[in-house]
Amino acid sequence: MSTTEPAVELHGITKRFPGVVANHDIDIEVAAGTVHAIVGENGAGKSTLMKILYGMQRPDEGTIKVDGVEVALHSPSDAIARGIGMVHQHFMLADNLSVLENVVLGAERLHGIGGKARRRIEEISHQYGLGVEPDRLVEQLGVGARQRVEILKVLYRGAKILILDEPTAVLVPQEVEELFGNLRDLKREGLTVIFISHKLDEVLSVADTITVIRRGTTVDTVRPGDVTARQLAELMVGSELPVPELRESTVTDVPVLTMDGVTVRDATGRAVVDDVSLTIHEGEILGIAGVEGNGQAELVEAIMGMLPLAAGVVRLGDTDLTGMATRRRREAGIGFIPEDRHRHGLLLESPLWENRILGHQTRPPNVKGGLIDRQGARNDTERIVRDYDVRTPNIDVTAASLSGGNQQKLIVGREMSGDPKLLIAAHPTRGVDVGAQSAIWDHLRHARAEGLAVLLISADLDELIGMSDTLRVILRGRLVGEADPATITPDQLGSLMTGAGEESAA
Amino acid sequence: MIHRLFARSWTRTLVAAFVALVFSIAITSIVLSISGFNPPSTFQAMFEFGKEPDSIVNTLNKAAGYYLSALAVAVGFRMNLFNIGVDGQYRLAAMLAAAAGGAWSLPPVLHQLVIIIVAVLVGGLWAAVPALLKVTRGVSEVISTIMLNFIATGIIAYLLNPGRLAVQLGPNNIGTKTISRSGRVPGTPFPGTDLKLYSLLVIAILAGIGFWFMINRTRFGFDLRATGLSQSAAVASGVDARRMVVMAMVISGAIAGLIGMPQLLGESYTYSLNFPTGIGLTGIGIALLGRNGPVGIAFASLLWAFLDVSSQILDFNDIPKEIVAITQAAVLLSVVVVYEVVSRVGQRIDQRHVAAQLGEVAA
Amino acid sequence: MIEQEIRTPAPRTGDRERRRTRMLAVGGGIFIALILLRLITGESDITSSGTMGATLALAVPIGMAALGGMWSERSGVVNIGLEGMMTFGTWGAAFASYFSGNPWLGLLGGIVAGAVGGLLHAVATVTFGVDHIVSGVALNILAPGVTRYLSDLLFTDEKGGGATQSPPLPSFPTWSVPGVGKPLGSLEKHHWILISDLAGLVRGVLTNLSPITLLGILLVPVSYYLLWHTAFGLRLRSCGENPVAAESLGVKVYRMKYSAVVISGALAGIGGVFLAMVASSNYQEGQVNGRGYIGLAAMIFGNWRPGMVAGGAGLFGYTDALQLRGGAGAVHAMLLLIGIGLLALAVWRGYRRRVVAAAVSAVVGAGVLVWFFLTDALPREIVTYSPHITTLLVLAFAAQRLRMPAADGMRYRRGGGH
Repeated sequence: MSTTEPAVELHGITKRFPGVVANHDIDIEVAAGTVHAIVGENGAGKSTLMKILYGMQRPDEGTIKVDGVEVALHSPSDAIARGIGMVHQHFMLADNLSVLENVVLGAERLHGIGGKARRRIEEISHQYGLGVEPDRLVEQLGVGARQRVEILKVLYRGAKILILDEPTAVLVPQEVEELFGNLRDLKREGLTVIFISHKLDEVLSVADTITVIRRGTTVDTVRPGDVTARQLAELMVGSELPVPELRESTVTDVPVLTMDGVTVRDATGRAVVDDVSLTIHEGEILGIAGVEGNGQAELVEAIMGMLPLAAGVVRLGDTDLTGMATRRRREAGIGFIPEDRHRHGLLLESPLWENRILGHQTRPPNVKGGLIDRQGARNDTERIVRDYDVRTPNIDVTAASLSGGNQQKLIVGREMSGDPKLLIAAHPTRGVDVGAQSAIWDHLRHARAEGLAVLLISADLDELIGMSDTLRVILRGRLVGEADPATITPDQLGSLMTGAGEESAA
Repeated sequence: MIHRLFARSWTRTLVAAFVALVFSIAITSIVLSISGFNPPSTFQAMFEFGKEPDSIVNTLNKAAGYYLSALAVAVGFRMNLFNIGVDGQYRLAAMLAAAAGGAWSLPPVLHQLVIIIVAVLVGGLWAAVPALLKVTRGVSEVISTIMLNFIATGIIAYLLNPGRLAVQLGPNNIGTKTISRSGRVPGTPFPGTDLKLYSLLVIAILAGIGFWFMINRTRFGFDLRATGLSQSAAVASGVDARRMVVMAMVISGAIAGLIGMPQLLGESYTYSLNFPTGIGLTGIGIALLGRNGPVGIAFASLLWAFLDVSSQILDFNDIPKEIVAITQAAVLLSVVVVYEVVSRVGQRIDQRHVAAQLGEVAA
Repeated sequence: MIEQEIRTPAPRTGDRERRRTRMLAVGGGIFIALILLRLITGESDITSSGTMGATLALAVPIGMAALGGMWSERSGVVNIGLEGMMTFGTWGAAFASYFSGNPWLGLLGGIVAGAVGGLLHAVATVTFGVDHIVSGVALNILAPGVTRYLSDLLFTDEKGGGATQSPPLPSFPTWSVPGVGKPLGSLEKHHWILISDLAGLVRGVLTNLSPITLLGILLVPVSYYLLWHTAFGLRLRSCGENPVAAESLGVKVYRMKYSAVVISGALAGIGGVFLAMVASSNYQEGQVNGRGYIGLAAMIFGNWRPGMVAGGAGLFGYTDALQLRGGAGAVHAMLLLIGIGLLALAVWRGYRRRVVAAAVSAVVGAGVLVWFFLTDALPREIVTYSPHITTLLVLAFAAQRLRMPAADGMRYRRGGGH
């Protein structure tokens, strides 16, 4: 089904933002009817490039050709009209609308918003084996199903070129396999897929061609048969990728965090954390594996005292935390690296030194009595910036003006400075560049060596397996399995996470 | 350098206020011209009248109430809590405090103190109602405080009846029993006029200083600001959001209780049908105009009071004095818009500045 | 009803039917309770045609504000400025109808004036990203100033006009369903149980209708159809649920929000027209008197859905009608109903093992009953504010399990998504 003209050609694409160049001299040729992967680390400029191709941003220089014709894309509608569709990394779905409404939105002209549209959706769903039910509310769907709705949305608009932005970030290995099956079906039907990722194994298994982006520009285009994952990694970051791994065990038998029969219910009375019992010891990193939305966030909030317990006990050392307010728990020695640093970890519009105080409002060096000790807080912020290598001109700039990696390093530094006994690290390296990732792993190792207990939650299975002393699996709020990080593979862990291995539950 | 100009928040506020002022003067001029009046001579007349000693005293006296009112509103605004109920809180507080002051006869100092304490308590308690409704029942404080303003009006109308808390003051006026001399605060003379400044202006000044200290220097103030900037981050940091709502609301209501005091103890000595109303609503505008900071609010309340007082001359020139309501509304609406734009521009400049200094490629 | 959970993933049509049945059941239940109350207390105004007619009439301005709020919030813009927009509506109606002598132009004037208020709110919140509450409050401060100025300028020289009110305005023709008024009127006089009450209800609703009332009633199903059964409505609602997603699909989010907020202002304007020209014979300052805010409460009570929103408006309209017509006695009788209702709620909550909530309801309910039995009438000054007190009570006891649009009240910048 391949034609002579490439489906998409990008030539000399350059995009500048105030003060920075996000893309320069990008050249990519995507052959029709293939899966073309674009790889690069966080911050390399992949998303900017895709926004340009989808009409969300305009390039300052360079040309875009679709099916051999030069085009100017001013908006997503232009891109859609040219047959380009995009499946975003963060799903673009309205939870409180039905699948049908989400699909037809913006494309009501095609088949209306009623019965005809419903039939068309069922048709497409059948043709590509997507298994989408048009009348369900989106909020009732799981992650995999939502992604299929997103793909259907794009196909409904008649897209011939699909851009998938980090589509596997939220999937377990089994779902990734399913997705790749869907992609092969699409390819067989003559569609072109542009697949953006930083997971090299996946890229090697599904792509026909791979283009590598580093520091905003294309550095090479290769075929999967010609390179190894290691070579790709070197192309991608210019050096070797950091490896998540622990050296000799530091685990002691002194329990730090003990949870016993902890249950949390949502407003409707459903148990979102269901009878969870676990113990983390000094010098131990305990990893929680699970598909997102299976109670990890609630588990963390229960430990932090942000959600009330319906049943159970939480202890830190000999202290019973149950019923204690969040602030008292922090004072008792819990450090918290939240999953969503913008929502839970920072005051974006405040200067760095005020962010140093956040979460430590009651402790020196930030306060003296009931008053804020500005000088103390400022001095200690300087120390964190130095010791944790936070790249910033000074400590008076707002948190919002730092890059994601530097924001995260500031948070790690802050949470480590309250002399914690327990560190809760939820997705500590999500969305940060390789340098920051490696630094954060170092800090976790260091903390572990110092005798901290760490609760690690991550969607990156390599990180979980590499950085944990003990692994537990959470499914629908219950701890359903235990795994030995020394022997388990990501595939095996993935099947535990989806419940396929429930019989091996501890 | 533009970056310098936008670096500090107070310069941003200043720029925003200036632009808004120019804009609203322009709007006012246009409205005046369309209505067939001459803008320059109108402004001239207002300015001439406004700088007379009488007007200055009136402006300052009026500004005291406005200032306290805006402070009360700002306490809530600083944590994204909208206490629209300052109006009801201060009227109820002033009425009950006046009734208490009229009913009880106490030695000086103690008498004034008791009146003020009653006002603060009533204001705080009335404000606690929406706070409790919010934290226990999830009722939006915006709607509940507005409803409570109406209900306060009803309660005042009910209590302000002969046989309840009121006595007949004149043929067309009733009010609480007049506070005796021991409970009054004599005014301060002002050169060039027989009018006197409210000595309780000092309460407004003290409240402003206290507000600044609380917001910027105390742990409580940090928690309050953190909650306003990001409730989710504040909760994760250990701030008890419910407690903060109740505390902020009660403090706001307590300050609201003070609003009527300079007037009550310095001039009217009774809560009658003539007691000024609506100061609580004006306070919302002034707080927004002053960007919820104690200094900004001071300028804003002086400006507002000046417009109120100096516009009195316009009726003599057959110009509807309500033109200043348009000026006030225009300055308010434009300041919120301009500030939004200025702070966005400022943030972008910040980011560019940081990126440029580090020479990083960010995406 | 309020405690009802809507969690089961049933097909949507079934959902809709269930909602409809539930609404009918609730409506019927309330009516029967009112009849019983009339029997016990002897306050005939509780179900009289006069009260019912007034309910409908007073529900219209609140309902228009509530519908307006719903339009705006469905697109994600919180509209606390409804009060100001209604104020603009009252003045616009007076201006246009008085100087043209034509009531219909008054309607147009009110709509336009309200829509202009909406436009201002849209400019501030959508284009400039100002906090929705702040902008709304600013608008509510702006409206009385502007109308006062304009009245001073335009009405003071007219006969009967002044800075705070307009001269008498031309009125709309009224209309009754033929052949209903007289026979029902005589039925009603007999005070037969149920029959007289129903007669009162029907007569009140079908006679002496103003065209604005009819328009208001009509706008409920029209809003429902537009928002839930057209592409325009889907796009508009998507902006309130997930504007980033909507934008990624080519929906012009700003344009949708602008339309919604302007429509919202126009609806509030109609409410204003009603107040100035139907409920009264001229424009008066302060005429809106918090109805914009009460409308917002009716919208919340109605869970952002048109049928329930209309029901909420009816509830507040009824309390308003009762206080105006029945006065202190009829409102006093309501205490009995509220007290019993709260006790019933307490029992229900006890059954659901929500001990604290049950205790609160029981204590408040018992308090209200004691109040009822110890007094003969409520103070007139307080009765005036019964709609406001009702609003507070309803929000306090009902503000649960509501589903507001997911992106309601959030600032949204074009291209803000990642």
